[in-house]
Amino acid sequence: MADALRAYGLIVAMWVRSTMAYRASFAMTTLGNFAATAFDFVAILLMFSHVDALGGYSLPEIAFLYGTTSTAFGLADLVMGSMDRLGRRVRDGTLDTLLVRPVPVLAQVAADRFALRRLGRVTQGLLVLAYALWTLDVEWTAAKAAMVPLMLLCGGAIFASVFVAGGAFQFFAQDAAEVQSSFTYGGNTLLQYPPSIFAKDLVRGVTFVVPLAFVNWMPSLYVLGREDPLGLPDWFALLPPVVAAGCLGLAGLAWRVGLRSYRSTGS
Amino acid sequence: MRLYAVVAAGGFRRYATYRVATAAGVFTNTVFGFILAYTYIALWDERPQLGGYDQSEALTYVWLGQALLMTCAMMGGGFEDELIERIRTGDIAIDLYRPADLQLWWLAGDLGRAAFHLLGRGIVPMVFGALAFDLALPASPWTWAAFLLSVALGVVVSFAVRFLVSLSAFWLMDGAGVMQMCWLAGLFFSGMLLPLSLFPGLLGEVARALPWSSLLQVPADVFLGKHTGWDLLQVYAFQGGWALALLAAGRMLQTVATRRVVVQGG
Repeated sequence: MADALRAYGLIVAMWVRSTMAYRASFAMTTLGNFAATAFDFVAILLMFSHVDALGGYSLPEIAFLYGTTSTAFGLADLVMGSMDRLGRRVRDGTLDTLLVRPVPVLAQVAADRFALRRLGRVTQGLLVLAYALWTLDVEWTAAKAAMVPLMLLCGGAIFASVFVAGGAFQFFAQDAAEVQSSFTYGGNTLLQYPPSIFAKDLVRGVTFVVPLAFVNWMPSLYVLGREDPLGLPDWFALLPPVVAAGCLGLAGLAWRVGLRSYRSTGS
Repeated sequence: MRLYAVVAAGGFRRYATYRVATAAGVFTNTVFGFILAYTYIALWDERPQLGGYDQSEALTYVWLGQALLMTCAMMGGGFEDELIERIRTGDIAIDLYRPADLQLWWLAGDLGRAAFHLLGRGIVPMVFGALAFDLALPASPWTWAAFLLSVALGVVVSFAVRFLVSLSAFWLMDGAGVMQMCWLAGLFFSGMLLPLSLFPGLLGEVARALPWSSLLQVPADVFLGKHTGWDLLQVYAFQGGWALALLAAGRMLQTVATRRVVVQGG
């Protein structure tokens, strides 16, 4: 494990140095990454220039949902976002190079072409979260305050396991990298809005099948003192660490199965 | 002319080859369509008739956005990465030797790609959307035809912008940054985030006058029957005008850029 982390760090450092060779491009892409994610929030602001509440939630409340999921997703994207390049390596056979190196393949794939520009997304999420915490009308208790960093960590872990599971899936369907985006980017977009506006079946799906609801919806309902649209008990708000650990375990298993089934290209 | 038809057909076939990737893309477009549709329902529940659309028109707008996202390359994803790479590595010198015009060559290929994306990535999400929600689909075949023409003009405008931006690689070498700025503008000003009629005041007016509105806002309004008769011709003139102006600018920049190319060796 320590070896894997060290190798991950070394590969990351290499890519950061390589990125810095084109500084103007790095500045532009980081800014672009920041702006691209900020647009989602601009859309929400534009919506709120026409209405006072969306699905019964005020702007600060939606900003809270937005800030928590975007930061959590941004962290996962920064650390694991390169997983969607795996399909290409499987297709052209360059994964073989990674297999012969004495470093865990997962660490190599995750660090491959590490993109520091993704800090733009994390920064944007944190800014919106700060705005939400500043404007929210909530009676803060120690438990509620502790919930915020917990959400970012567990949410990041849940999204990271989606990235790893998506990577494992690409061993079987190399061209299907975009399916992963439905759950990563799509999940992030979904969680920016309150659960009350979506169909119940969709909310059930992201609670019990792909447990994205535990990234921010469940704990946020507790922090904001909101009713759960599915009528689930309160203690569901405490589940994110359990769910995150479970997801990481399952994703690790899926990764092993995927890697075992890898057959190189060629004769 | 025949040459460019062959290039266009090649562009179509090239993207049609990756069936799994297309299916994966359709899946993603459909998922995003569902998510956005619910946010629009919440918005139009609060404010019916917002921006001059009723709820079913607003939902149609969402699914049109998903259907045209790839066709009009609103977030990039066409030829530009390849062209930039060829400029950076110097392979562009070979392209310039060819007895074909650089801009028309890439335009033909991109039109072929767009035709495939309209069929392969556009129809299925639209069908899913129509099954799950009450959409305002045009009854008259003329509206469908008018819509297709508007989409075609939108694709040419989109190409012209991306071609211009790609040529910046002659000066910058690494085009990733500019390209990203370009697709950000496309995302924001095409109406992909929200219909441009919901943008407030001056921002709305500017957004509607910029070329990117040709990519989604204009075709969607044609689809919804907001432009008819004389008005429709004006809209076509708007799209066609931007297409011609941007293609001409691309041509000028191409002339300047090719003067910079120095081919090494004997």
